[in-house]
Amino acid sequence: MSILVLAEHDNSELKPATLHAVTAAAELGDVHVLVAGSDCGAPADVAANISGVQKVLKADSSLYANDLAENLALLLVSLAPGYSHILAPATSRGKNVMPRVAALLDVAQISEIVSVKSEDTFVRPIYAGNAMATVKSGDAIKIITVRTTGFDAAPADGGSASVEDVAATEDAGLSSFVGAELTKSERPELTSAKVIISGGRGMQSGENFAMLEAVADKLGAAVGASRAAVDAGFVPNDYQVGQTGKVVAPDLYIAVGISGAIQHLAGMKDSKVIVAINKDEEAPIFQVADYGLVADLFDAVPEFSKELDG
Amino acid sequence: MKVLVAVKRVVDYNVKIRVNSDQTGVETQNVKMSMNPFDEIAVEEGMRLKEAGTAKELIAVSIGPSQSQETIRTALAMGADRGILIETDTNLEPLGVAKCLKAVIEKENPDLVIVGKQAIDDDCAQTGQMLSALLGWSQGTFASKIAVDGDALKLTREVDGGLENVSLKMPAVVTADLRLNEPRYASLPNIMKAKKKPIDTTTPDELGVDVTPRLTVVSVTEPPKREAGTIVENVAQLVEKLRNEAKVI
Repeated sequence: MSILVLAEHDNSELKPATLHAVTAAAELGDVHVLVAGSDCGAPADVAANISGVQKVLKADSSLYANDLAENLALLLVSLAPGYSHILAPATSRGKNVMPRVAALLDVAQISEIVSVKSEDTFVRPIYAGNAMATVKSGDAIKIITVRTTGFDAAPADGGSASVEDVAATEDAGLSSFVGAELTKSERPELTSAKVIISGGRGMQSGENFAMLEAVADKLGAAVGASRAAVDAGFVPNDYQVGQTGKVVAPDLYIAVGISGAIQHLAGMKDSKVIVAINKDEEAPIFQVADYGLVADLFDAVPEFSKELDG
Repeated sequence: MKVLVAVKRVVDYNVKIRVNSDQTGVETQNVKMSMNPFDEIAVEEGMRLKEAGTAKELIAVSIGPSQSQETIRTALAMGADRGILIETDTNLEPLGVAKCLKAVIEKENPDLVIVGKQAIDDDCAQTGQMLSALLGWSQGTFASKIAVDGDALKLTREVDGGLENVSLKMPAVVTADLRLNEPRYASLPNIMKAKKKPIDTTTPDELGVDVTPRLTVVSVTEPPKREAGTIVENVAQLVEKLRNEAKVI
């Protein structure tokens, strides 16, 4: 049996999260990738080049233009009989649609796997990553979301899969897309950035994030935030790193004015190198930091920025 | 309009959990239990709809051991009108929970169901979507704003790139995200009043729902521990270490 991976894309670009899900799928069998969208030929062609992908299914319809879960789930259910597993990256899109698919198929969903033990056994974090559960599924088809930090990205080229059109399923007629307010940024996306600099409550205001942005631009980094900073309105929701925000594992994570609640640590503790800058030497963030600097961030960050020029 | 919310009893978010000695789960003996924080947000949103006159009745449902009554009482103290406990000692998975909720919903006929977007114990984030699928209803996940507009529900969702606005046909299932509202604390008089509010008790069997788990937990283990590193003296030393020791900049 083959494995179906739901591609993450925005109809023009294929998102890197897809590559991580392909790696997880390749541990299970032959990989097919579903690109469901509207005018989604470009991401479908890019998906066909991914190393290890045997086939790309393209469902091109206005029904899939905006990722409405009700419509996308019907499409996935129609394709399910050909597959032993259906995987999606655990993005907001994957998390929205996959449980709906699982329920329609009357099977469990296995959320946010970080490791494949065998074709029916997987490891997933629970309790904000403070415990790891190994679970075995008895269902005929396994519906899975993949935590992208648990799997390396598959090489984006080297494959030569065929692209096959699949028919759209009916319109569920339950919901409609009105519009989006997406955060525009020239910086890398949080979930694929090699370096991240995040600010917490200690930043005191949204304006002060400009200090972090200056550092980010020098390091080619993404800017993130703790829940406290988002709740306070300093930065938009999509900056949030943590148990219920984005889970990241960059080469370098710089936490500025973040105390380090377990919910935040859950989203970044797999980073390769962690730096903490905080004036409170008792802050829990120092317990996971490779390098800690006890200092007032308003002195330390501008100085750090200046040192980078040197 | 009638609103139904589902509330789960979980290990309190401030508790540092420990894996139990036989590696089958986490220690829950003598551990503080509370309502799942996202479910508190769901209850609060239900209350706001009630206070705005949009909703006439707010029902809180919990599924779990008999102690889940306390969780329902918390919802009642926040202002819910009545509770339903679906009592079971089986360790339920989201699919089983969704099936139980569906059975209750078919009796109660609410116009809107609000649940937390995920429970902070199993971190599954599935129940709302599954329930919506089983009912054949629309779904609005990760909601940060909702407004009832005739037969439609206008909803703002938190997505990876920012925010998204959708319009859902009612009845609908909504899953609450952090920014939907800030839940109230129950006042002492309301806690006293909640003791007199009715809670009906039923079981998955009585509802005709099979809640047999589909997944077997093979083991639960501690994640690898991260050791604290070094405290640097100043910014210059930090940059030097990042350049020459960690080699990440």
